[in-house]
Amino acid sequence: MEHNKRNHSALSAIFNEDEKRVDWHDETLWFVRSKRDRAVHNVPEWEQLREYGSEIKNHTLSNLDQYLIEFEKKARSNGIHIHWAEDAKEHNEIISEIIRNNQVKHVVKSKSMLTEECDLNSYLTSQGIEVIDTDLGEYIVQLRKEHPSHIVLPAIHLKREDVSNTFHSHLHTEKGNNNPQYLAEAARQHMRRKFIFSELAITGVNFAVAETGGFVVCTNEGNADMGAHAAGIHIACMGIEKIIPKAEHLGVFLRLLTRSATGQPITVYSSHFHKPRNGQQMHVVIVDNGRTRQLGRPDFRNSLKCIRCGACFNTCPVYRRSGGHSYHSAVAGPIGAILNPNINMQENADLPFASTLCGSCSNVCPVKIDIHDQLWKWRQALTKKGHVSSGKRLGMKMMSFVVSYPSIYRVAGRTGRWIMRYFPSLLANKTINSWYKQREMPVPPRQSFRTWYFKNKK
Amino acid sequence: MKVGLFVPCYIDQFYPRVAVATVELLERLNCEVIFPLNQTCCGQPMANSGFAGLAKGCNKNFVENFSNFDYVVSPSGSCVLHIKEHLTDENEDAALHIRRHVFELTEFLLDVLKVEKLPSNFPHKVGVHVGCHGQRGLHVCSMSELVASPFSKPEKLLSMVKNLQMMLPERWDECCGFGGTFSVFEEAVSVKMGKDRIREHKENQVEYITSTDVSCLMHLEGILRRKKSDIRVIHIAEILNAI
Repeated sequence: MEHNKRNHSALSAIFNEDEKRVDWHDETLWFVRSKRDRAVHNVPEWEQLREYGSEIKNHTLSNLDQYLIEFEKKARSNGIHIHWAEDAKEHNEIISEIIRNNQVKHVVKSKSMLTEECDLNSYLTSQGIEVIDTDLGEYIVQLRKEHPSHIVLPAIHLKREDVSNTFHSHLHTEKGNNNPQYLAEAARQHMRRKFIFSELAITGVNFAVAETGGFVVCTNEGNADMGAHAAGIHIACMGIEKIIPKAEHLGVFLRLLTRSATGQPITVYSSHFHKPRNGQQMHVVIVDNGRTRQLGRPDFRNSLKCIRCGACFNTCPVYRRSGGHSYHSAVAGPIGAILNPNINMQENADLPFASTLCGSCSNVCPVKIDIHDQLWKWRQALTKKGHVSSGKRLGMKMMSFVVSYPSIYRVAGRTGRWIMRYFPSLLANKTINSWYKQREMPVPPRQSFRTWYFKNKK
Repeated sequence: MKVGLFVPCYIDQFYPRVAVATVELLERLNCEVIFPLNQTCCGQPMANSGFAGLAKGCNKNFVENFSNFDYVVSPSGSCVLHIKEHLTDENEDAALHIRRHVFELTEFLLDVLKVEKLPSNFPHKVGVHVGCHGQRGLHVCSMSELVASPFSKPEKLLSMVKNLQMMLPERWDECCGFGGTFSVFEEAVSVKMGKDRIREHKENQVEYITSTDVSCLMHLEGILRRKKSDIRVIHIAEILNAI
């Protein structure tokens, strides 16, 4: 994946150069968060439902091997081909082989964050296979050769003018026609042809049910169904953590998922796939790609409970003001910040620091992942492994020294305030002191509280 | 009641008036307030930067200063949360005792002292800023994300103050963007978050923004002063101590 080597801080500084756009991005996502609030406040048992969701996932993660094997057995007996992929490379190769074996040229894909994680599109394109993303938002970012900036709302970083321009260049729509209905219709007409001529459809999996060997795909646009029903071959890709034990558990997760994601009571299409229709091939690719490693880290294990609703994105005050691309990963936002260091520590060491630890993410999480606590724990793990600048390490060592010895702390405090009072220009430097760029320094008082206390109370 | 006063380092150095107000307020409520003279910092700046391991000396010093009190009280939700969640020391019992008996000021006033009325008077329009660590960490007030009954300890105390007009912004529990070293390493987003909080308070035409945390206020004050705004920041202890 063409990851930007720059870090979250630098990328979000660029995003913030256009403040009006930041305001628009923030307000758009806050609108979704508010819709989520209204939806969940209509469910009196909401917190109990979150607890159920969390506990079912906890139980499943503790018995993952057993449920995966049960799923494989049931699915195979229903006529579904099951493939196991250890990593992204294997996942892509398995799909590419199915495509080659069936001499397929045209592939449609509905949204799957796993295939984004594995960068399947570039892999297939490099082999001369045409892949069309059929989720409207994802189709827009695909035309623009971008990555989704949000796991549920992939094109949320774009305004309708941007979409209009993109469609004008690629689909020859009228220049300057920003009417959403007109633009959606243009995409629909274009995609309809792709659906009709596609030979193979790739979808994600929201929930795979061990008990039945079936799986559920949730979309609002019906594009997964359109793809899977029109093409002769259906490949569904899932991470190992997508498994749930029983069909009845869908009664918990389907209620949690879309209320958290967009504030809808349920997705428009919650499609259950159990077996191939006559003459159709159905494949499920089950992917690890670092998940078992994460499962083995006690502090981070329960990040695997995630059902990819995106609620933590919408509530995160940092995400809303930095944009999804500032996280330079397939999965952005707070959940991305605790998942990505597991995939690549070096490249994603900045992400757990892209948070004020305000804790709102953990509160909206429908399966109660302690996201902000894990951000804190990743910070400890990353600095221990040396993924920290030497300047920051030195600064922290100095601070640790100063606050360990009360007399040194007092001299440092007095000296610091004296310098701030008599040589303010030393700190009033926007290049070396980033606090001062857009904020004044606190006004240093003549005496510390301790001195006051000593004079007045001792 | 013997109360150990924990004054976070940046309050000691930059906002002594907040600690003075805390002492005076607690003394008026018949507490014996003792400020252990060798205290420094809670260790949060290191720990939140990923260097909890470097906080050993700091933790040891904290335990030495505060192990002999019935209660440890501080005018900072954030530092109190850090102590409550992360204070460890070779002297495990002492560290645990502190963790169980450390209180943010407003929770101490309401939950321990059971304050029901105050003689305070503050004839001003005041915007309330909810500090995240006090809220989502210590639960000094309910949270907009959860389906639960609303309550707020800071607002309950402010409602006892005569002539005070309390104003809440529409996004009443959105983070201000301080976040410790986040404010420096993620400067652009940090400042933008602060500006957005200020915009809402400004729309409410408040004279003051108050909070249970001075760190949020220090960050907001830095932006307000740069913009030459008339809005001032004031810690809740200063308001409750105003007569």
